[in-house]
Amino acid sequence: MNDASLWSIFINACLVNNFVLAYFLGICPFLGVSNKRDTSLRMGAAVTFVMLVSSMAAYGIHLLLLWVDAPYLELISFIAVIASTVQLVEMFIKKMSPALFKALGIFLPLITTNCAILAVALFQTNRSYSFLQSIVFALGAGVGFTLALVLMAGLREKLELANLPGIVKGTAITLTLAGLLSVCFMGFAGLFN
Amino acid sequence: MAVGLEQEAIEDTNDFLDGVLKRNPVFVQVLGMCPVLAVTNTGINALAMGLATAFVLLMSNIVVSLIRKIVPAQVRIVTFILVIATFVTIVDYLIQAISLDLHRALGAFISLIVVNCLILGRAESFASKHGVVRSIKDGLGMGIGFLIGLLCLGMVREVTGNGTLFGVNLFGESFQPWTVMMLPPGGFFTLAAWLLFFNWISKRRADKALQQEVAK
Repeated sequence: MNDASLWSIFINACLVNNFVLAYFLGICPFLGVSNKRDTSLRMGAAVTFVMLVSSMAAYGIHLLLLWVDAPYLELISFIAVIASTVQLVEMFIKKMSPALFKALGIFLPLITTNCAILAVALFQTNRSYSFLQSIVFALGAGVGFTLALVLMAGLREKLELANLPGIVKGTAITLTLAGLLSVCFMGFAGLFN
Repeated sequence: MAVGLEQEAIEDTNDFLDGVLKRNPVFVQVLGMCPVLAVTNTGINALAMGLATAFVLLMSNIVVSLIRKIVPAQVRIVTFILVIATFVTIVDYLIQAISLDLHRALGAFISLIVVNCLILGRAESFASKHGVVRSIKDGLGMGIGFLIGLLCLGMVREVTGNGTLFGVNLFGESFQPWTVMMLPPGGFFTLAAWLLFFNWISKRRADKALQQEVAK
């Protein structure tokens, strides 16, 4: 059992150890869909939802696997649950908002291979969080992911107006920006211990 | 970044070299970035992570290519992920058995090899369409290319951030370590610098080719 308070877990997952900028989790969608603020906000919401559901499911699976004494099946069952949750979200978005479905494109099914989501499931198991702590942790991670994505999208919208030399354009400048953003987030270190 | 992406129709003999050079997963395709940035703060970590990923990539390529005709198209992605997860679990326990310190240093990132887009990408786009021999070549090439990418980052970050290379002290006592390179921002900066370097090279090469055309 981990005795960290809920608030400190939330702030830790969201700011101090931001999943994208401190742990480098979910870099692919971070670089891929951070072109427009609008899209990135919705992408963040989708990821947060998948995180919450899979975190709850992972808690149950962990208990079940402990009970049947088969911890080596953990990884495989986590990934299976995440894949089905993503399928669910995909169907939901397709029905509710076809425009958003188109905007997210390939990155929607790729949420399955978003390391951030599997990492939430793995970290909460490693740190032996309780059920409530797990939910707060997943929420914090999701909010942190959305925050990083939206900030990055804002920066990139400004970047389009900048006059850059040819070889810097594309991934190189985006990564440099991400690095600067990561330096900013290092300022949150030591907020909680 | 999209230098070699359009060369989908590759000759048989080039499967291996293409993965290492022309279609290098880290620098050209920019795939599987999470472990590339996260565990490359020292050379040893980068080497271990690279070897683990290459092993999983090779094995999953072989298995996926063997079962490609039995698996129905609708459930192929799930099947591939389960195959990959199996090998990752094997690697996870293997590293734990070899060196507990290494296992602690890499942490959850060994398990996270499952969601490395590079491995699923190769399974889906190559191994599920080609025979075993070519898939082995492709897996080896991509794996080694990925390993080289990780080492490029890991070595730069360890030398600048800690003054050591694979744990050997390079500069003596007076070296003032550039700590930020070991921390998360350093990963972003180092990768950006490498991409810039390769962009510069490919631009210079394109310019030269253009000049030769004009001279003719």
